[in-house]
Amino acid sequence: MNMQEIQGASARLELLPPQLMTTPPLLTLDGVSRRYGDVVALSDVSAVVYPGEVLGIVGESGSGKSTLLRMMNLEDTPDTGDYRLNLPGLSTNLFGLDRFERRMLCARQIGIVYQNPHLGLLMNHTSSGNVAERLLIAGERSFEALRGRAREALDASEFPLSRMDARPMELSGGMQQRVQLAKAIALEPALLLLDEPTTGLDVSVQALVLDTLKRLQRDRAITMVIVSHDLGVIRTMADRVMVMRRGRVVEEGLVDQIFQDPQHEYTQQLVHAKL
Amino acid sequence: MTLASLTKPWEAFSYGFLDASAKREIRRKMLKAIAVPGCQMPYASREVPIARGWGTGGLQVTLTLIRPDTSVKVIDQGADDSVNAASIRRFLARVSGARETLDTLDATILQSRHRIPEEKLGPDQILVLQVPNPEPLRPVEPNMSVARQMHGDADYSRLWLTLYEQIVRSGRIMQGAAYPSLVNGRHVMTPSPIPRWDVPKLHMAQHLTFLSAGREKRLYAVPPFTRVEPLVFSDVPYKVEDHAGLTCHRSGVKGYFMNEIPQDDGTSAHELSDSHFGVKAIRRAEGEAVATGETWYQNGEFRP
Repeated sequence: MNMQEIQGASARLELLPPQLMTTPPLLTLDGVSRRYGDVVALSDVSAVVYPGEVLGIVGESGSGKSTLLRMMNLEDTPDTGDYRLNLPGLSTNLFGLDRFERRMLCARQIGIVYQNPHLGLLMNHTSSGNVAERLLIAGERSFEALRGRAREALDASEFPLSRMDARPMELSGGMQQRVQLAKAIALEPALLLLDEPTTGLDVSVQALVLDTLKRLQRDRAITMVIVSHDLGVIRTMADRVMVMRRGRVVEEGLVDQIFQDPQHEYTQQLVHAKL
Repeated sequence: MTLASLTKPWEAFSYGFLDASAKREIRRKMLKAIAVPGCQMPYASREVPIARGWGTGGLQVTLTLIRPDTSVKVIDQGADDSVNAASIRRFLARVSGARETLDTLDATILQSRHRIPEEKLGPDQILVLQVPNPEPLRPVEPNMSVARQMHGDADYSRLWLTLYEQIVRSGRIMQGAAYPSLVNGRHVMTPSPIPRWDVPKLHMAQHLTFLSAGREKRLYAVPPFTRVEPLVFSDVPYKVEDHAGLTCHRSGVKGYFMNEIPQDDGTSAHELSDSHFGVKAIRRAEGEAVATGETWYQNGEFRP
């Protein structure tokens, strides 16, 4: 590691919230396994994410990283496993919640940005309406409040407010991702999940979206889990990295540790393939 | 004793046209619908001698409820004398021996397509509304299984979103008929395509309302004294059609829901949508002693 990289690592550590080392994890996954027929999607996966931390999950296609993210978003239930969020009044295994409880929890505490905007947005509704939908699920019934909070969230996502009533189908891919992001952060969730948020965008738009994410993370100290097969994105965003292969976690560590000194053979291949 | 002596003489039709098992099926679902206000109950919709979509749902409920001492009124968009209303009314009388009436105050069962009469209904009256599409979530969720889950979860955010979008795009809520309404604080129903003018009439009403869709095979109910609240934002009040200032060109009555009649010169005349209420007003104006009930609206203002 050269001096410049050491300084970069130090700067990154200074950005970590001070409570990172003293508070219990916000998210704890324990022994999560999931099979789809004969295919093992996840096998005994455990993970923790601390408040304000950005956890990156990398791995080849089919390694189980998106499945794991879907579990975190309570879109699926594993065969076995335990999932807890350290939030007031939530001491239970979240996989045991019913559909209604899951929906309410996800609306208030978990935001998600999908790789494909069609999964996260209503393409025929306005951009502000897409953000407002999340607020409506949480029970907001004032039109002016909906409008104001949607505007605020879109602004925080660096979405041009002059286009807040344009439909996502009329927007570029980068703009659609910003609307998704605004929708995800509208209720200031405890956890933000990002599933390949920049895949399919050109490099300049990728950089803008990543800048927005970094600023949000810095300003609001949002806890994030970001899934990507793009190691550059993970290196830019994450504090800690989890490497997955064939449904298992093969290596886990601080971002510099993983990229500078990978221990597992697969991680070495992955890092070197990128480099 | 023989088996023949225990059975009734053969008749061409069952009383009230529907056979006993069909009526039992519908009665069970009606009781369920009353028990869970606003919740759609599926039922085995039978063939009746009118086409699907022409009031078969309402007709089956009325045929199940009807008795020889019933007086039945049928209205079609407010009119007693449309072909459809007259045919259904005559059919009901023919198969049950019930008395036909045009007077809202006189009727014990009122079957209606898309209107609620202007005169208040009492506790001994039953309103049967014909419903073309009973699912309020259909425009936002075409998958019926998912829509059912959404009802189960009281997840009506998409309906609210539709209203939000209407205000954003048009500056006001554009939903005219079939305004989605929350029943008893739990289920959102479509109150059939009645105008917004009529929706407040269902709120805490004394009468029992059945809403039935024969083609879609679903019925639901608003029992007496049940809350029916149209979905409205806290800062955007519910508005009914602006008919308060319109005058009926036939009866001279003002302040009720009107039908617009285009004139040759490009202007519009208006006449009372509730046709028999208009007839009463004309008779009263001619000096005839006509009993008129208390109305939901007075001078265009709703008075509960």
